[in-house]
Amino acid sequence: MSQVPPAHPPKISLKNVHKAFGQKVVLNGIDLEVGRGESLVVIGGSGTGKSVMLKCILGLLSPDSGSIRVDGEETTRLRPREREKLLHKFGMLFQGAALFDSLKVWENVAFGLIQGEHMPRAKAKDIAIAKMGAVGLGPEVGELFPSELSGGMQKRVGLARAIADEPEIIFFDEPTTGLDPIMADVINELIVKCVKDLGATAVTITHDMASARKIADRVAMIYQGRIIWTGHANDIDNSGNPYVDQFVHGRGEGPIKMQVRAL
Amino acid sequence: MGFLAATGRAFLIFLEATGKLAMFTGAALSHCVRPPFYPRQILRQMVDIGYYSLPVVGLTALFTGMVLALQSYSGFSRFQAEGAIATVVALSVTRELGPVLGGLMVAGRIGAAMAAEIGTMRVTEQIDALSTLSTNPFKYLVAPRLIAGLAMLPLLVLVADIIGVFGGFLVGVYRLDFNPASYIGRTWEFLEPVDVISGLVKAAVFGFMVSLMGCYHGYHSRGGAQGVGAATTNAVVSASILILVWNYLITGIFFSTK
Repeated sequence: MSQVPPAHPPKISLKNVHKAFGQKVVLNGIDLEVGRGESLVVIGGSGTGKSVMLKCILGLLSPDSGSIRVDGEETTRLRPREREKLLHKFGMLFQGAALFDSLKVWENVAFGLIQGEHMPRAKAKDIAIAKMGAVGLGPEVGELFPSELSGGMQKRVGLARAIADEPEIIFFDEPTTGLDPIMADVINELIVKCVKDLGATAVTITHDMASARKIADRVAMIYQGRIIWTGHANDIDNSGNPYVDQFVHGRGEGPIKMQVRAL
Repeated sequence: MGFLAATGRAFLIFLEATGKLAMFTGAALSHCVRPPFYPRQILRQMVDIGYYSLPVVGLTALFTGMVLALQSYSGFSRFQAEGAIATVVALSVTRELGPVLGGLMVAGRIGAAMAAEIGTMRVTEQIDALSTLSTNPFKYLVAPRLIAGLAMLPLLVLVADIIGVFGGFLVGVYRLDFNPASYIGRTWEFLEPVDVISGLVKAAVFGFMVSLMGCYHGYHSRGGAQGVGAATTNAVVSASILILVWNYLITGIFFSTK
C-alpha cells in the first residue's frame, strides 16, 4: 500500500541529526517532528544536548550530519542570506534572557523590527509598547535599561522581544530556570497565552516538570543525544519508560546516571 | 619522539589559529563593504574611539614630546648639536612615537573594552540573540568597530602629532631657552609630507589591528567571566605585538633606501 502524504509537512522535522564537539558526541541521531501549531516540550537532564539541538535548528551551530527541515525545506545547507530570511520565522527566549544591555528595554523589544525589518523607530516603539503590555509590562519600563530589571522582568522582556515580530515558531530555552515558583508560573501562563494568540509552533526545552505540564501538548525526552520517548502531555506519568519515569518523578536512583563533565 | 610530537602539536595549533583569524578577518572585511550598514553603530564607535581617547592619547603625546626635547638636549649638547632638537622632535613624533604610542594606548583602552563587551555578549548569548533577530553579528558588531578603528586612529594621531610637537616646543622654549620663532622654523625646515603621511598610514593599520583583535578575541571567548578576562588580555597583548611588528614593516616600505 502506498502511503498517503500528509496535507502539511511537519513544521520542523529532524532526521538522524548528529553533532559532536571534538571527541564528545552531543547529538547522536536525533529524530523529532513538531507539527504546525503544536507546543512540544523537550525534557532531559543538564548536558543531554537540549540546547545544542535548538541551536542546530536555528543554524547557530551546524550539525555534522542528518537533515533538518522547516516547512519541508532542508535548512542544513543554507547560504547566510537564506538563513537570515529563514530566521524571520523564528523567535527565541534565551535562558538568561540575553537582552542587549547597551539598549533600553523598548529598543530591545523593537530590535527585530528596526534592524531586521527596517521599520521606522517611532512605529516600532508603538509595537514594542503594545507587546510589552501583552506580557504585563507598562510603558514606563521601556525607558529603563535591562540591568535595572529583576530576573523575572528580564524574562518578560525577552518574551516580548521573541514575539515582537510575530514569528511562526518560538523556542523557549529553560524559561523558568532561576525564577521563584510564582514568577515561574506567571511566565508559563504568558508563554501559553502568547503562543495561542500568535497561533505559533512552540518548542520548549526544560527540566522543570511543572513548566512542562503547563506548556506542553506533547512531550519528548532526550537522553544521551537521542530522543528516547515522545508522547502526549497527559501520558508522562504512565509512559512505561523507566528513564522518563525517573526524570518525571525526580528520583536519584534509576537507569539515568549523572554526568560529571559539562558539554 | 615526545619532543617531535609536542613540536608538531604546537605547530598545528598555530596553523589552526592563523586559519581561524584569517577566516574571521575575511568575513569581517566582506561585511564592511556589503549592506546593510549600521550608521548608528559606526557613529557610536567613532565617538568612543576618536573622541573619548583624546585625553589619554593627548597626554601621552604631550609628555613624549616634552621628554624627547629634554633627552635630545642632554645628548646633543655633548657635540654641540642642540640646534637639531626641534627637527628631532618633529620627525620622531610624526614618524614613530605618535602612531606607535597612540596605537598602544588605544589598544589598552579600546581593544580591551571591545573584547570585554563582545566577550560578555558571547557568553550571555546576546550574539546568538542577534542572529535570531535576523541581524548578522558581523555586520552589527564587528564591521562598525573595524571601520571606526580604521577611520579614527589617523585623526587621533594627527592631533597627537600636533600636541607632541607642542610639548617639545614648551620644553624647548621655557626650559631650554630657545627662541620660539627659530624653534618653530626649525620644526618646519626639515619636515616633509611623507613623514606625516607614513605616520597616518601606520595609524590606520594600527586602528584596524586594535579593533580586529578586540573583536576576534571577544567573539571567540568562552567559559564565563574567566573566558572574558582571558579574551581581554589576549586582545591587548596581540594588538600591541601586531602594532610593533607592523610598525617595522610599514617603516620598511616607506623609508627603505635599497
